[in-house]
Amino acid sequence: MANKQVLSPLPGTFYRKPTPDDPAYKSEGDSVAVGDVIGLVEVMKSFHEVKSDASGTVGSFLVENEDAVMAGQPILELSD
Amino acid sequence: MTIRRLLIANRGEIAVRIIRAAQELGIHTIQVFSDADADSLAVKLADDAVNIGGAQASKSYLNISAIIEAAKSSKADAVHPGYGFFSENADFADAVVAAGMIFVGPSGDTIRLMGDKVSARQVAAKAGVLTVPGSDGRIEDIEEARAVADKTGFPVMIKAAAGGGGRGIRIVADMAEFELQAPQAKAEAEAAFGDGGLYIEKVIESARHIEVQVLGDGKNVVHCYERECSLQRRRQKVWEEAPAAVLPADVRTELCRAAVALAVSVKYKGAGTVEFLYDDRTQAFHFIEMNTRIQVEHPVSEFICGVDLVREMLRIAGGEPLRYAQEDIVARGHAIEVRINAEDPAMDFMPFPGVVSELIAPGGPGVRFDTMLYAGYAIPPFYDSLLGKLIVWDEDRSAAIARLQRALNELEIEGVKTTKPLFIALAADGDVREARFDTRWLEGWLKQNKAKLA
Repeated sequence: MANKQVLSPLPGTFYRKPTPDDPAYKSEGDSVAVGDVIGLVEVMKSFHEVKSDASGTVGSFLVENEDAVMAGQPILELSD
Repeated sequence: MTIRRLLIANRGEIAVRIIRAAQELGIHTIQVFSDADADSLAVKLADDAVNIGGAQASKSYLNISAIIEAAKSSKADAVHPGYGFFSENADFADAVVAAGMIFVGPSGDTIRLMGDKVSARQVAAKAGVLTVPGSDGRIEDIEEARAVADKTGFPVMIKAAAGGGGRGIRIVADMAEFELQAPQAKAEAEAAFGDGGLYIEKVIESARHIEVQVLGDGKNVVHCYERECSLQRRRQKVWEEAPAAVLPADVRTELCRAAVALAVSVKYKGAGTVEFLYDDRTQAFHFIEMNTRIQVEHPVSEFICGVDLVREMLRIAGGEPLRYAQEDIVARGHAIEVRINAEDPAMDFMPFPGVVSELIAPGGPGVRFDTMLYAGYAIPPFYDSLLGKLIVWDEDRSAAIARLQRALNELEIEGVKTTKPLFIALAADGDVREARFDTRWLEGWLKQNKAKLA
């Protein structure tokens, strides 16, 4: 069973929810399809969706909500 | 009380600009910085630097107590807020004063008065300045909003009374859309600003953005003529110039007189900008708002008037009276500023942070490059995308455009994408060269001219 990771496409601040009052895009145990939004990265005051390029089940988030992330940094671990 | 030790409560190119002005006055400079800004040019240039917290602005540049603490511990006697962040936050201005320091800018009360759209309109009206038709006061309920919209006629703008900088604005074309959008606007204003107050303003369909720079010492006010900032993308200015190319001399006189009257009426202290919408077919101008801070585009006014606005802000804050009478301020020639942002114009202006591998700054006569960049600098992703401003001056507008083109060709920023290609294309455009534009022109041009930005 191979674990896959979703990487941040951009550097910035990572958010798990569309707005502070909304539920998280994905939680542990949720299934993820290719193209599903798993979070947002705020870069220079603009927000960009992070989409999964793999399918699977949410294992664990590797960064906290509102953490600073680098481009290419693993954000989420998916299991098959 | 002369300022001796100045804390700069900002970052980026404006922090560099303030440090330069302060150092020329012999003032000791203290730069605050976040974890992401330890290597910034402002930190390198300042005499001292104090870390105030995490990379995200909410943990550093927008943390009042961290900034006040830094100012106290570094024995600052004054704080310059720059633009953005806390520059128009009345509570911050009050906190600086309460801590026994000088806030470089107007009083908290003036910031509060002009920061509220509704009270600002009332101030303008009282000073005899025409405002855009709309609600006379803030509107609390939808019923009342509907009546005002009906009276002014569509399209109307629904604005959050507590909004600003283009935020919290919705444009609706008719009553059906109004019914849909107004309740949303109210809920959004409550969520975003903690204040559900709205106001309604008629949309002036073809308008130019023209603003007047003022400088006051709490008693006397002078103007440094006007700037035109009609070239905007998503309500953000990208190209600004002084003077406005299309303004007849008598209208200019009237516009500047109106701005001074408004500033005098609030005993304005510091540098400020009175913004207007101008219709060049009817030659009518309407007050929009007053910004109670130094603005990004201040250098174009400095170039044509030969006044160092940031230096004057520091002198006035230190208690000196205004050093200029109106007749001392003479405008000469034409200046243009373009905003060099870390954005990729070919990819719908996608932000582009990264490392500047090489930098060649333009120079020569009539060229100024206000920037936070240096070769090897890693641009952090946490703040806005402004890297610097290229400003040129020449004897007239067409010569200034030629000089801008020359300077843009000299400018090389390697390693990241910038908005330079946008300005190369705009400087060659027939409408821009003839100053045929309004505040909506650029959005249309961008749709038509994508290929030029690739």
